[in-house]
Amino acid sequence: MASERSPLELAAQLLELARGAGAQQADAVAVASTNSSTEVRLQQIEKVAEAASRAVGLRVIVEGRQAVVSTSDVTDAGLAETAQTALELARVSEPDPHAGLPDPSEQARQPAELGLFDEQISELEGEERARRALACEQAALDASPKIGNSGGAAFSTRVSAFALADTNGFAGEYRGASASLYVEVMAQEEDGRLRNAGWYSAARQLHRLEDEASVGREAAARALRQLGAEKGETREAPVVWEPRMAAGLAGIVAQAASGEALYRGATFLADREGEEVASPLLSIADDATLPGQLGSRPFDGEGVGTRVNPLLEAGVFRGFLFDCYNARRVGAATTGSALRDVGGLPWIGSGNLVIAAGETPAEAIIGEIEDGLYLTTLMGFGINLTTGDFSRGAAGIRIRNGELAEAVSEINVSGNLREMLRSIDAVGDDVQWFGATAAPTLRMGRMTISGA
Amino acid sequence: MSETAEQVRAFWSQRLGIDAAAADGVLSAALSRGGTFAELYFEHKRSGALSYEDQRVASAQSTLSQGVGIRVVEGDAVGYAYSEDLSLEAMRRAAATAAQIAHGSSDDVGPIEITAASYPADRYAAPSPTTGAPLSEKVELLRRADAAAREYDASIAWVEASLVDEEKRVLIVRSDGRLVADYQPLVRFNVSCRSDLGDERRNARWGGGGRMGMAYFEEHSPESLAQEAARQARLQQEAQDAPAGTFPVVLAAGDSGILLHEAVGHGLEADFNRKETSNYSKRVGQSVASPLVTVLDDATLLESRGSLNVDDEGNEAGRNLLIEDGVLAAYMQDRISAEHFGVTPSGNGRRQSFRHIPMPRMTNTYMTAGEDDPQDLIGRVDFGIYCKAFSGGQVNISNGDFVFSVTEGYLIEGGAITAPIRDVNLIGNGPDVLSKVTGVGHDLEMSDGRWTCGKDGQAVPVGVGIPTVLVSGITVGGTQLRAGAGMSA
Repeated sequence: MASERSPLELAAQLLELARGAGAQQADAVAVASTNSSTEVRLQQIEKVAEAASRAVGLRVIVEGRQAVVSTSDVTDAGLAETAQTALELARVSEPDPHAGLPDPSEQARQPAELGLFDEQISELEGEERARRALACEQAALDASPKIGNSGGAAFSTRVSAFALADTNGFAGEYRGASASLYVEVMAQEEDGRLRNAGWYSAARQLHRLEDEASVGREAAARALRQLGAEKGETREAPVVWEPRMAAGLAGIVAQAASGEALYRGATFLADREGEEVASPLLSIADDATLPGQLGSRPFDGEGVGTRVNPLLEAGVFRGFLFDCYNARRVGAATTGSALRDVGGLPWIGSGNLVIAAGETPAEAIIGEIEDGLYLTTLMGFGINLTTGDFSRGAAGIRIRNGELAEAVSEINVSGNLREMLRSIDAVGDDVQWFGATAAPTLRMGRMTISGA
Repeated sequence: MSETAEQVRAFWSQRLGIDAAAADGVLSAALSRGGTFAELYFEHKRSGALSYEDQRVASAQSTLSQGVGIRVVEGDAVGYAYSEDLSLEAMRRAAATAAQIAHGSSDDVGPIEITAASYPADRYAAPSPTTGAPLSEKVELLRRADAAAREYDASIAWVEASLVDEEKRVLIVRSDGRLVADYQPLVRFNVSCRSDLGDERRNARWGGGGRMGMAYFEEHSPESLAQEAARQARLQQEAQDAPAGTFPVVLAAGDSGILLHEAVGHGLEADFNRKETSNYSKRVGQSVASPLVTVLDDATLLESRGSLNVDDEGNEAGRNLLIEDGVLAAYMQDRISAEHFGVTPSGNGRRQSFRHIPMPRMTNTYMTAGEDDPQDLIGRVDFGIYCKAFSGGQVNISNGDFVFSVTEGYLIEGGAITAPIRDVNLIGNGPDVLSKVTGVGHDLEMSDGRWTCGKDGQAVPVGVGIPTVLVSGITVGGTQLRAGAGMSA
């Protein structure tokens, strides 16, 4: 029966079908997952969702012509049709000199065991998910009488297996698990206006999740401290990025360091390798090899072993992230940074992003500022990686005389990433993990803040 | 060929063995522990993506996604499960999982009388869906776009063109006996390009599409879409830093409808209002905008990207008045929220796929035309911004703050459009910005079909539209401080 085959068996079967149909090079991907979630709101269970899912994808290359076909129909007939369609599509495609599998020597012969699976998560019952979500929301609701409403709390788990098999002879499979807890609550102004905030925790091991009560209390504290928010005036001022915001900045740097963006001339980091592009205080590494982290994987989407890729070292840009295709297009080597799903070509992405801790306590970073902004929220799509232009909606807390003062909202913060990265003049010693990113508090010397 | 509802039903029954009897068997499993309502959403989707870069086909993809989403409702609580395996055994297993939300018994579940509903199914005929067109014809469209962008200006140094399309066959069967089937085509054409002048690089994207077949390209040539992308990229070479502060803003007709989508659209989705987490909660009948503002959500537009015959809960999709002359008229409802408010579902229950639960979503959202001459609206502004193209927007439902990112904008000085400005974000608060609408043009225009809306991790295609509109003050996130910043008209 179809449902009993492992992802690696499905991938191997699809690969054989492709070979039989005439593919010279091919790789097959199979993903199986079980996703479960329980959502509660105002202490009532609102939604319980659970499903086991699987899908396969096939990339074939015939005389340099490449095609990708995927399906959720994993019956024998479905797999056969997938292989047929892939070959037909490749024949009418066009030759691409850079298309191809990795060199076998680049592939992971003995993938590392990274501890990505947790039995406790795979065995968690629906009642336990509900208990945790309820406890989290209750802690948020109990935090203050000013917490007037709730967007709800959710506890979700995912257990998955990823398999890749290719005509080089690579065949690998790994399992992973993750659990996450999220809650959103609203504090109410005297005029009825709502100030909402959410908080979450996610991890690959159940015991590493932040406890429910502290997630709930953090969400409530964040909603409460936005009460009374005003715009404030338009000005230039120092901006302190709380660790969660700094984590987002690391993600922007990683996107700008994509080898595809380099090829397309779509990044302000183009032609800057080896140069100082940021403050000497700033170091960021991409590391998919960390045991037990959400962004870790033993091999990438093309079977290439993962590694540590330094992006910034003391402000010096160390290089781009590549999959095989984009590496060939610019004459570089893969960095093991191919991400992969069943339905498409590999694309470039980071594993875990880690901003190195600095030496300054967060209080001291704030304490040195006479008038500034403590940034806690960013909104919208205002990042142009080609030019570095950065202009986004924001909210946070005004800093006055070295202290956090009144809340601000409905403002924009803007600058250009080239200058913003250089203007970092303090890095905190307070590194925290947010999903697959670890980041401390950062301070930028000057940004434009537009308000009233 | 596009398919009628009868043909879609025949597809499901002949090809996949899903008919009323099979559905009845799964529904009875779904209601085996009680539950007030159950629904099966069968989806068969074929999608394709072709991209063209470096003057050759860079990737050719095809995806088949099929399965069933099963929902069981008990009061306000929902159990959800899905299965890609369409065997009766697997579907009944998924139904039993969804049924866990209920805690009763199946005592009163008898056989369900399933009847195919009739509804007007004429909003996207697509005589020749792009999904059936030969690959060579599609490659030719991409080739033409690539050539046109390069010919537009010598500075255009890189071009990527792509064509993404899908055909969806949905079959929805509910425990109240209603069965609907619908064939839903969708195509989107996109061109990205980069202009290089020395070391200065500027990029832009443009595109369009709809629930159409190859006929789309008879009305919109690949050349015109490519030239528009190239024009925007080249224009950015001349752009100067945008100002910082609160200024009057004129929104050009068409794509600026993104402002409505964010400023009021999401806030009027009934789930947030049922939970009273929206800043528009309990405000039906109250003034929430300038009297010049009337807003509709309209799934009935012919062949538009957000158009639907039926929503993803099997209800007829319609034309719904949201704001009339500044007064909040109604929310957009799905089944659960309509029951809560005691109203008829407005046909706004949508979902990304069978793997997702439906919720209230927009279709095509627009502001009706006013009486002003668009040029007069610009003429009224002494210093401000004119906004024409956008990369996206976002809203905080609870406090009402929303943003949209402008990729083609200009300064207005002394009542005339002057210099182009670099990418800039604008932020406002929904009811506040809409109360500051001081002029509405007579030139309503719908955006070409290129917008996708995200909510709770689910993406659905939508349409937006607006006439030229003057807003007396929005906070503009440029970098240039200006004397007098903070004084708005």
